Amino acid sequence: MMSKIVRTQANFLYPLIMIFGFYIVAHGHLTPGGGFQGGAVIATGVALIAVAYSYKNVKTWIKKTRLTATEAIGLLTFIITALLGISRSFFYNWLANTGLLFGQPVPYGINPGYLNTAGTLPIMNFAVGIEVLGGLGVIIMYYLHYIKEVSKNAV
Amino acid sequence: MIFESLLQILLLAGLIISAYLAIRYKDLLACAVALGVFSFLLSLEFYILQAPDVAIAEAGIGAGLTTAIFILAIKGTSRWEVEE
Repeated sequence: MMSKIVRTQANFLYPLIMIFGFYIVAHGHLTPGGGFQGGAVIATGVALIAVAYSYKNVKTWIKKTRLTATEAIGLLTFIITALLGISRSFFYNWLANTGLLFGQPVPYGINPGYLNTAGTLPIMNFAVGIEVLGGLGVIIMYYLHYIKEVSKNAV
Repeated sequence: MIFESLLQILLLAGLIISAYLAIRYKDLLACAVALGVFSFLLSLEFYILQAPDVAIAEAGIGAGLTTAIFILAIKGTSRWEVEE
């Protein structure tokens, strides 16, 4: 448990970090960044909460089993999305230019920022994002689990 | 062009200063914060060298996650460096 200043700052910064991370994941096929970078930024928010509060509180908010399930769901989504195009080839982009989800045709030249394009790439970005979030979150939670809080130094 | 060179010189000087401070401090929490500043300046340098993808990864992992893990480790051990 840190001081009240740190906890207030963490409460203020946590939603902003979350929004920025999901922005990076959602714009992965348009701007720099993608699934891995966005997932790392989201895991930074989880780490901020884990640093600012005591383990007793964090344990009730963030469950390790749920993070492991998140990681597994991300990997499964990635593999299933790749396998759905197996009639042509593995990782075939079966959603592009179909008019369905993420299937808007792209104009010639540089993409002017249409989010609803690129077929299966945004889905795979989201899958990698929540997989990285689960993996790094599990690392942080296990790290926190084995630390006995020393009360004599007031960090 | 002049501005970019000046910014790079400032960033490299800041990198060296923050790395030196991370070695010299006896307060390990201050060392962790100095390493966070080092990673942040390094990500700015990556951005100037036109690698924004690497810059985002460096800012997220170097300045965010690594600092948090160092602070958690300091929480579990001692805050001050002990002279042998």
